[in-house]
Amino acid sequence: MKLTLWTYEGPPHVGAMRVATGMKGLHFVLHAPQGDTYADLLFTMIERRGHRPPVTYTTFQARDLGADTAGLFKQTCRDAYERFKPEAILVAASCTAELIQDDPGGLAESMGLPVPVIALDLPSYQRKENFGCDEAFLQIARALAQPMERTARVSCNILGPTGLGFRHRDDVAEITALLEEMGVDVNVVAPMGARPSDIARLGAAHFNVLLYPETAEGAARWAEKALGQPYTRVIPMGAGATRDFIAEVRALSGATAPVDESRLRQPWWSASVDSTYLTGKRVFLFGDASHVMAAARVARDEMGFEVCGMGAYNREFARPLRAMARDFGLEALITDDYLEVERAIEALQPEMILGTQMERHIGKRLGIPCAVISAPVHVQDFPARYSPVMGFEGANVLFDTWVHPLVMGLEEHLLHMFREDFEFHDAAGPSHHGGHAPRALDAGTATPQAMAAADGGSMPPEAAPPVTAANDPQPALSADNVIWLDDAERELKKIPFFVRGKARRNTEKYAAERGIAHISVETLYEAKAHYAR
Amino acid sequence: MSAPAGCRDVPVLKERGQREVFCGLTGIIWLHRKMQDAFFLVVGSRTCAHLLQSAAGVMIFAEPRFGTAILEEKDLAGLADAHAELDREVERLLARRPDIRQLFLVGSCPSEVIKLDLAKAAERLTQVHAPHVRVLNFSGSGIETTFTQGEDACLAAMVPVLPETDAAELLLVGALPDVVEDQALQLLRDMGLGAVRCLPARRADDIPAIGPNTRFALLQPFLGDTHAALIRRGAQHIPAPFPFGAEGTTLWLHAIARAFDIPAERVEAVIAAPRARAEAAVARVAETLRGKSVFFFPDSQLEPSLARFLTRECGMSAIEIGTPWLHQEIIGPELDLIAPGPTLSEGQDVDLQLDRVRAARPDLTVCGLGLANPLESEGLATKWAIELVFTPVHLYEQAADLAQLFARPLRRRALLAGPRLEAAE
Repeated sequence: MKLTLWTYEGPPHVGAMRVATGMKGLHFVLHAPQGDTYADLLFTMIERRGHRPPVTYTTFQARDLGADTAGLFKQTCRDAYERFKPEAILVAASCTAELIQDDPGGLAESMGLPVPVIALDLPSYQRKENFGCDEAFLQIARALAQPMERTARVSCNILGPTGLGFRHRDDVAEITALLEEMGVDVNVVAPMGARPSDIARLGAAHFNVLLYPETAEGAARWAEKALGQPYTRVIPMGAGATRDFIAEVRALSGATAPVDESRLRQPWWSASVDSTYLTGKRVFLFGDASHVMAAARVARDEMGFEVCGMGAYNREFARPLRAMARDFGLEALITDDYLEVERAIEALQPEMILGTQMERHIGKRLGIPCAVISAPVHVQDFPARYSPVMGFEGANVLFDTWVHPLVMGLEEHLLHMFREDFEFHDAAGPSHHGGHAPRALDAGTATPQAMAAADGGSMPPEAAPPVTAANDPQPALSADNVIWLDDAERELKKIPFFVRGKARRNTEKYAAERGIAHISVETLYEAKAHYAR
Repeated sequence: MSAPAGCRDVPVLKERGQREVFCGLTGIIWLHRKMQDAFFLVVGSRTCAHLLQSAAGVMIFAEPRFGTAILEEKDLAGLADAHAELDREVERLLARRPDIRQLFLVGSCPSEVIKLDLAKAAERLTQVHAPHVRVLNFSGSGIETTFTQGEDACLAAMVPVLPETDAAELLLVGALPDVVEDQALQLLRDMGLGAVRCLPARRADDIPAIGPNTRFALLQPFLGDTHAALIRRGAQHIPAPFPFGAEGTTLWLHAIARAFDIPAERVEAVIAAPRARAEAAVARVAETLRGKSVFFFPDSQLEPSLARFLTRECGMSAIEIGTPWLHQEIIGPELDLIAPGPTLSEGQDVDLQLDRVRAARPDLTVCGLGLANPLESEGLATKWAIELVFTPVHLYEQAADLAQLFARPLRRRALLAGPRLEAAE
């Protein structure tokens, strides 16, 4: 038994749902109690899908347990086939159904359905979501794909993208375009977007591009053995890795077409003098191992950051991550306990976190900026715009998203010059983020720790991104009835524009708290002195 | 009650199939905010932890006052070990959180299937940690409870250990946001009812006493087990429609007044101003709703009460009122008020119900988060049902907010009017 407050990964059947929901023409019958249907909303809300996931749950109840849950499963399977007429059916048990041992696979096979039935064994009390993805995709591939004649032109499959993946939608578009530019056809993208009939064509490709080892390494290894398809090892995240990936693909395919790098801006953006301030920023990385390893290389070699810590929540990939961490002179943190991650971050005091949504919240509590680089995903990780993290455009996106949470170059200099200034301190946050200044105001004090405490550690509704001006909360106290005297108003205008709003709000808050109806120059400076403590 | 003129005797469509509903664990999301010195420890699987984290839609980070003791392979092998493990986890938890005065061990589907006896564990742990901490247990499992039934199970578990009293007091039952609860207490005080207690209490020290002279009024329609548990303790129920909307609030207050022999004129004097305010505010919002049709998928058991409010105060017509459970004794006064016409359905077969909603094409569909975007992409306006449970909607001052929750999707639709949005793949 292990006490868990928040988890990085869901149960394995949610992983299988990610595979099924990414695909088309496949239906997943899950033996599960009512309540497990909550998983649907992950897809309809976080990903904003306009369709229900192709999953039917048996939703058994206590009264069914004494009766015939196996019969309920078979009936559900039959109804789901009749209603949805899928090309193949996936069956599995969730954690509770695993305990009642109805054997969905055996039951479904005995029914003589006219389509392939693929049974999954998902040990819920040992494994987690990524395992569920990997296992589901592996079993689908094993069941449906066979060796076959290769395509005439050199081609590959792209393996790994699923529902609820971090930027999978745009990574696939970016890498598909890159491969086509190189003269390599994309035979099948799977699981995302593939039908069972497409999975049957996997064998026609000459090799596989494995974009997400967490969700498809099992299938890639199987295809190497069973279909004779080698697969790529480089994750094309960042400029350097994308170039390595191109070299790897050329070696596998013999393709020689040139690749146009003119869209790749990230190296020059990094080299240009404005980016000097990024030098040696201490960053902590945490997420799934593949994204962390790829991001660590970008952070050190392409952004000029100092990687001060790195880790992953998926133990399955601990070994390569540990090896890479050693190369960086670090020890990798492998844990799925966010409290342990929080302690590590607190101890290291990095200047920035590259993490998951969990680390974003840890960063908020500790007053450390954070950019998200990995699942588990959140509605914010599905932007309306094109936003890959792989390929050349992905490198550009990484530069922008990693720089965005930081205080910008010149502003940072000013911060150092006016370190003691009451309103222009680190906790006020970067000036291009509307959301920060009022938070400091609400807390009434300047330290990040106090801000976090005043915040009660609570987080805003997930739908509300904290960094848009639209979400800028109004100051809690009503300073509407406070009047600025003319000389005070003039004095206020002498304060640089980028901190004037904050000076105004601080002063009004100070006045309101003390019942001062008229703000004079005196009040302004009393407030300044007060907040300068 | 008067002779039923409404829907009380209408035959109910009972369905059994896939239920697209939350389990009772979800109730922890609001219960832990309400009871500020309580901790909810779910004994379950990774799925339970994932549900709590996902269904909330909101993560209350820092350290939430709930967590999941995730069962592992070795816990399934030997139950004696599972109890020892549980004791150890509770020990560690209470050592870290000395502010906790009430600990709820919450049963889940896996803990019930393996027959882990949490009642016994709660008894044992109470002995260990008394008097500082009281340990209780209830089930929030999906095999036993649907969504709001988790709160019902929690409150029902508290009833047997409430202290005894002979005082003729009013007990309000149901977890409301503090601000709304305060409004209720103020209205009742103005009516002359001073000694009013609440279940759940905000803190362990305020736990109410009950007895044969206690009369209780429910604030939520989903408290069937709590209702039964209170009656077993000798308390008397005050049946009434629920305090949603101006009319519901008025009828609810009058029913309480009658039970305590408070003259109706006194109630009228107290409620005149807030009632007029609520009616005027609801009428403004209802301009968007009037003449529109509504279809309820089963979710929280609030559906009949909300349908009564929308049909009688907002001018809507109901096509189907789906509810996970129809507790006739509790919801009867609501059904009496709903004009015959709508289909009343209990339970669910979600695919068949989706066929019905597609055929009916209501102006507004009230459904869970798993169905909302798919229906929107088919061109149906939807209202997320969960928001009706997470938002202050009771009593006069919130009546217009309640109407607003239904009006906003329609207003938004009108604002965005134009070519039909293509569903995102």
